[in-house]
Amino acid sequence: MTDIVSPVPSSFTKTVSPARRDIGIKRRYAAERRFRMYGIAAILTGLFFLFLLLWTVISNGYTAFQQTTITLPIEFSEKIIDPKNERAENPGKLMAANYPLLVRDALIKVLNIDPSNRALVKRATDMVSASARTQLRDVVVANPAVIGTTVNVSLLAEGNVDSANKGQIDLDVDEARRKVNNQQLAWMKQLNDAGVMTKEFNTGLFTYGASSRPEAAGVGVAALGSLYMMLIVLVLSLPIGVAASIYLEEFAPKNRFTDLIEVNINNLAAVPSIVYGLLGLSIFINFAGMPRSAAVVGGLVLTLMTLPTIIIATRAALKAVPPSIRAAALGLGASKMQTIFHHVLPLAAPGILTGTIIGLAHALGETAPLLLIGMVAFVVDFPGSPMQPSTALPVQIYMWANEAERAFVERTSGAIIILLAFLIVMNFGAILLRRRFERRW
Amino acid sequence: MNMMSEAAVEKALDKKMNDVSFKMIGKDVSVYYGEKRALFDVNLNVRQNTVTALIGPSGCGKSTFLRCLNRMNDTIDSCRVTGKITLDEGDIYDPSIDVVELRARVGMVFQKPNPFPKSIYENVSYGPRIHGLARTKAEMDQIVETSLQKAGLWNEVKDRLLEPGTGLSGGQQQRLCIARAVAVSPEVILMDEPCSALDPIATAKVEELIHELRANFTIVIVTHSMQQAARVSQRTAMFHLGNLVEENDTDKMFTNPDDQRTQDYIMGRFG
Repeated sequence: MTDIVSPVPSSFTKTVSPARRDIGIKRRYAAERRFRMYGIAAILTGLFFLFLLLWTVISNGYTAFQQTTITLPIEFSEKIIDPKNERAENPGKLMAANYPLLVRDALIKVLNIDPSNRALVKRATDMVSASARTQLRDVVVANPAVIGTTVNVSLLAEGNVDSANKGQIDLDVDEARRKVNNQQLAWMKQLNDAGVMTKEFNTGLFTYGASSRPEAAGVGVAALGSLYMMLIVLVLSLPIGVAASIYLEEFAPKNRFTDLIEVNINNLAAVPSIVYGLLGLSIFINFAGMPRSAAVVGGLVLTLMTLPTIIIATRAALKAVPPSIRAAALGLGASKMQTIFHHVLPLAAPGILTGTIIGLAHALGETAPLLLIGMVAFVVDFPGSPMQPSTALPVQIYMWANEAERAFVERTSGAIIILLAFLIVMNFGAILLRRRFERRW
Repeated sequence: MNMMSEAAVEKALDKKMNDVSFKMIGKDVSVYYGEKRALFDVNLNVRQNTVTALIGPSGCGKSTFLRCLNRMNDTIDSCRVTGKITLDEGDIYDPSIDVVELRARVGMVFQKPNPFPKSIYENVSYGPRIHGLARTKAEMDQIVETSLQKAGLWNEVKDRLLEPGTGLSGGQQQRLCIARAVAVSPEVILMDEPCSALDPIATAKVEELIHELRANFTIVIVTHSMQQAARVSQRTAMFHLGNLVEENDTDKMFTNPDDQRTQDYIMGRFG
């Protein structure tokens, strides 16, 4: 350092250009081209499989958003519903009335069947979903004044009729082994021509709960359960995760203990999700005595699962804030707390939000831990609170995938489309939030 | 003040400088980064209303010493400071001293302009706001305006106070940082190579500004440029390998230094 710099030797000025070695320029360019090709090939492979996935799901599932209905003029005959006229004293009478009989009578009239031919009548009534009973009951209970009048009611077609109407049943199969027989097909044609049988947008797919009849099954309960869980995960994991990261990143001394914590957080992010399910089962349900199949337990388990993701993302976002901003605030006399909350956190917000939403999206699609805490259940009624039994979207998909009916196949794909739509909306939200909060310096 | 000629002002300041006792006194200051010792028993006093330049080759400890003066070294975990540094006779490393209050009295300008990614107004008003210097919006506006004027930036930015401070040019950003430091009304301003990231024109502006700030503040500046030290400072301290080699009037330092190493460094023989 203290050496006096010697003057440049004069021999250096006369330069003789040395013979250039062959450094393989052509090979270098070839290698670069090859590498680019690998990259393009990788991207194309990815795109191909993505396309394949979406194509399979959408081509199988788009029909689930339509449902065949049969609109029949139902005569709400007092003789059948309430023969002894006791509904004023005993409202329960309306709940238990023989509504399928109304459907049968309407069908006999519309299709012109001999009422004494019981086999034929049975075939006709089989075309309407058994859920018609509850459908008609709801109409009457909501408005008892309809008794004694004739009203057009759109009834759900039975699942196999729905499938046949959408052309999903192979008609070349022998009639005996077919779910829909020739007589029913003929009636379907007749009803279709008369405009009685129509395909309508399937609102039931979004609003119904579980049902063993595909036409009356929907993701309503599962979506509400998922919503409860997402709210619980968001409310718990965001503040806990951000607080933990700020402490670890900004306040905690760097010693063996904090190193151990850091290693463990990274490891927790890699723990299989089913292990979290076991943990939830033993701690929240068996030890703390929380209800089974409830969204609150699912939410807590998913919170535990999401926390490491959020902590890792938040710490990375905090680390990425330039130290010069911290120095500037500290140099002005801001306390550590003020520095973090006034300057560091706002700059880290886009990263934190992105991490949180990706964590939430991950939790939304998580199935395995929910199976262990009993959220794989046949839940018909909407849960009024997170403490009541419910299912979740991915679990509903899993349950429908196990069903045999043709109509459940399309509904499985339909539910997947709904779940994917949720995820796309969430990821899009993450991108928007990041754009909104992003600042340049 | 305006009535007096510039030379008279200079003279008055120089008189004040020589009259008044030391603003900050560093006694036997040593700094350790973990096991490594970065400063060896430095005794350096900073005079009031004076620009003190710290020069020396890279890694000589001048920035380390500067950062001791407002305890910015506290933010480095492994850093340990021994010795005594006083500000107006009060020990700044005394446990009773609040580091927040100290940094309000001893402001800092950094090597790279580091405005907050917020508006120009917010950049300047942040310090006064956290220290409660303004009670009303009008008072705050006043502080922002005077600070920007002191930093010679007011005329350039007065119409775009709400635009982001990061949108200014490098030189303007650095003057914004100076305005930000000035806004908390510190007594001492520390500058860590404030011009190293600036072009010559911006550097000239900042140097002019340092010259003007001397009237109200005590300034300690770290610089790599000998010419800059000669231009802006009245006192110069030369560091080498963690030791204070020499501290003297700038004029003497650059014409007839006492120490051979200072002579060699200034002549460009090492460093």
